[in-house]
Amino acid sequence: MTWETIIGLEVHVELKTESKIFCNCSTRFGGEPNTQVCPVCLGLPGALPVLNQQALEFATRAALALNCQIAGYSKFDRKNYFYPDLPKAYQISQYDLPLAEHGHVDFIFGGEPRRVRIRRIHLEEDAGKLLHSEDGGLSADANVSLVDFNRSGVPLIEIVSEPDLRSGEEARAYLNRLKTILAYADVSHLKMEEGNLRADVNVSVRPTGSTEFGTRTEMKNVSSFRAVVRGIEYEAERQVKVLDEGGSIRQETRQWNETKGVTIALRSKEEAHDYRYFPDPDLPALDISRDFVEGVRANLPELPDARQARYVRDYGLRDVDAGILTSDLSLAAFFEEAAGLYPKDPKAVANWVLGDLLRIMNARAAESDEIPITPKQLADTLMLIDRGTISGKIAKTVFEETMATGKDPEVIVKEKGLVQISDTSELEKVIADVIAANPQPVADFRSGKETALGFLVGQVMKATRGKANPGIVNELLMKALK
Amino acid sequence: MALYYKSAKELAGMLSRREVSAVELTRAALDRAEQVEEKVKSFVTRTPDLALAQAEAVDRRRATGETLSSLAGIPVAIKDNMNTFGVRTTCSSKILANYIPPYDATVVDRLNAAGTVTVGKTNLDEFAMGSSTENSGFFTTRNPWDTSRVPGGSSGGSAAAVAVGEAVISLGSDTGGSIRQPAALCGVTGLKPTYGRVSRYGLVAFASSLDQIGPFGRTAEDVALALSAIAGHDRLDSTSAPVPVPDFTAGLNRGVKGLKIGIPREYLAAGISPAVREAVLRAVEVLVGLGAEAEEVSMPHTEYALSAYYVIAPAEASSNLARYDGVRYGVRAGEYSDLVDMFSRTREEGFGPEVKRRIMLGTYALSSGYYDAYYLKAQKVRTLVNKDFEEAFRRFDVLVTPTAPSVAFGIGQKTDPLAMYLEDVCTIPVNLAGLPGMSLPCGFAAPEPAAGVAGGGPTAGDGNGLRLPIGLQIIGKAFDEETVLRVGHAFQQATDYHKQRPALDAKGGARQ
Repeated sequence: MTWETIIGLEVHVELKTESKIFCNCSTRFGGEPNTQVCPVCLGLPGALPVLNQQALEFATRAALALNCQIAGYSKFDRKNYFYPDLPKAYQISQYDLPLAEHGHVDFIFGGEPRRVRIRRIHLEEDAGKLLHSEDGGLSADANVSLVDFNRSGVPLIEIVSEPDLRSGEEARAYLNRLKTILAYADVSHLKMEEGNLRADVNVSVRPTGSTEFGTRTEMKNVSSFRAVVRGIEYEAERQVKVLDEGGSIRQETRQWNETKGVTIALRSKEEAHDYRYFPDPDLPALDISRDFVEGVRANLPELPDARQARYVRDYGLRDVDAGILTSDLSLAAFFEEAAGLYPKDPKAVANWVLGDLLRIMNARAAESDEIPITPKQLADTLMLIDRGTISGKIAKTVFEETMATGKDPEVIVKEKGLVQISDTSELEKVIADVIAANPQPVADFRSGKETALGFLVGQVMKATRGKANPGIVNELLMKALK
Repeated sequence: MALYYKSAKELAGMLSRREVSAVELTRAALDRAEQVEEKVKSFVTRTPDLALAQAEAVDRRRATGETLSSLAGIPVAIKDNMNTFGVRTTCSSKILANYIPPYDATVVDRLNAAGTVTVGKTNLDEFAMGSSTENSGFFTTRNPWDTSRVPGGSSGGSAAAVAVGEAVISLGSDTGGSIRQPAALCGVTGLKPTYGRVSRYGLVAFASSLDQIGPFGRTAEDVALALSAIAGHDRLDSTSAPVPVPDFTAGLNRGVKGLKIGIPREYLAAGISPAVREAVLRAVEVLVGLGAEAEEVSMPHTEYALSAYYVIAPAEASSNLARYDGVRYGVRAGEYSDLVDMFSRTREEGFGPEVKRRIMLGTYALSSGYYDAYYLKAQKVRTLVNKDFEEAFRRFDVLVTPTAPSVAFGIGQKTDPLAMYLEDVCTIPVNLAGLPGMSLPCGFAAPEPAAGVAGGGPTAGDGNGLRLPIGLQIIGKAFDEETVLRVGHAFQQATDYHKQRPALDAKGGARQ
């Protein structure tokens, strides 16, 4: 029997508000533990939440960017459970009336267009962070766990997909597209290493062709795309094995163990929390006006699909190239700025970005928001070619050098003496030497073997360490050989 | 009359005319507490040093010629479920016995700004759950009229403190009657404002959709003064209403001529002692004599209010009290084997039986599979109770009812939790509807026989033996505390029940 894997993702995204969702504390990452806290986010007796309007606006913007319908009436609910990182012993979240529903994300996977439906998006608060002595970083003598509440109350949106994904790699493609759209919507810093984006992964399997879903398991708080893919693949394989051996899948929460590469059962459905959701009486229900929604929509930044179409239309790029450029906000921004500085040939700019730039960055496995060359440096390099200061070939050397050192192309050209030799008298001298040193190719050429010319040009370039202007060398050689 | 028994209004005049200094007045209140506290036990924490420092500051400011608020220099007591910066705030619970808040509740902030003098934090039923202070995790406050009886609750300490002269004004909180019922039992005036009128920021939550802070005083006028100081929108409380705050003392003297008073018949039905019923009806006659028009009205959903309340309030409480887990503050169990054990033992040791009972009730009501049958249904009942009031207020300006079914009962007398819950049968519907309600003294009666139901008990004010205060409840339209206060003030201008003082020091009472 063959099996089909069914995947649904619940993605938690931290919004990039300056202050927390229900108080004025800073959301800055990396502060000394418990320095960005107040009675509200510490859940002290008597403290009350007040909704940060910016969080509501960011959440709405994200939901619109993901093609959702925004509710006219929404509310906050309490999700009750005990855990040391949850200071009120309930999380303020949204239960039956989420902020947004019925969205979708379109992306290309395996060369084919795919659409994953978004069931709902809701707004909630993050919890604090536990630090365990066995994880290191704490005094080694004590077997203690400490809590840092700096993260407590950072606004989150939870984006719940329908079970529309069928493989780990497809899940990765979905996540990448989701991340791109959210980056364009400018609602989150999206720093994976700071936990800005975490996923709960629901996996089930069913016989290929079946229309009913199998029993699913859930992996909580998976914090990298790679782990999502590996977790899905492991979990699907595990489930198939259980079923193939005649067993059955238990509905349970499992934990992905990154170092061991396995999932481990945490708690069964029977042991699952009853969160006892009920409307939070401390927060008035949200009456979300159409004016508010349309205002957010009107200020929505350009999204990746629109930008891709614009690159094709305005810069004459191929659709696939525009797709790659716009798949990453930093890359698109880089391209667009460089193209602005070098308006005469945006396609050339695109070729450099898609060619040398990506090649070097991939080789270095650099994060895309750390492009080690400025758009101006790329434009300057192209202008150096245009002015005849360097050849196209030397330009690649200069470009690599700029990427490596950050130095401006003019500086590199000057320091390394890479200025193209276009001075005919200087080149005539070199050509005379090459002709004298290579009688056989010269004779070949003169006897009609045109290809010998290439060899001689190469010798001239070699003698000038590539700096000779190839056009002029050609011209002078022809003249000298005739 | 002793300084400590005068009204805030009178004292404000004396202070501004410099007939008395804030320090002198404060010393009078502190000395009074020294004298009676052992018998009454109003306070969990007394703050004499803070009080004198605040009083000195007021006197200094007055000496510079600064115009001060009319409450400047007035001794106030604060229920110990409102946060006071640097002063222990326990909610009369062992679990918070050592808790010192790092911030002031908004009401405390506002009183401080008005220049009041904080004399202490008053006792309550643990986390405001109860009607007698017997559920305090520390001790039971005594009724100054008879120290073998309860002062009512949960704000029993705040009511007793004002009744016995340890404070001129005090703050209480009222979730189902916790200001009005102790006001009735202690013979003082107490107002639960409209939900949203006073900020809840810094009030330790019991049931967030019902909790409201309000003042106790010796007169409706004092209550109006205090309400003017603490009312108003607070950006820290999303449920506080952005409505203008009038000067609540301004319209007090407008009288009740032509005012329409409704008398909901369900509030005078079985369970209300004859003496109370009589006193209430006589109070209505007084108001009619002053020119008001009174008529009976039916509020058919009243009988369901108590049941709905005992689903909604515990449900919210089960969530509000979940934070007391021993992780961050408060008292943690001494020994435990792991995290879950630490949670359970801390809560097992820290909470008293009534708090545990309500946490269990509420947890059950919110549980998966029971939510619709309990919580949701209770919310529907709440809507129906609201509609009863909406109907009634189309015809009437205020409604008048008993505050409590009977006079103060003996300590230890009500052992059945359900019997205790019935203490709030007249006050709970008002919280469900979020309306303002005030209790003020409207008569006196002899104690009921311990068995409860009385057949032709002694009539009010018969003067024989022990006399205990009876409370009249005046219920108003949302955000119409002005009319409620006006009716109360008119009644007090025509009667002297509020001028009676308890017989704590001398046998037979200290009739003025």
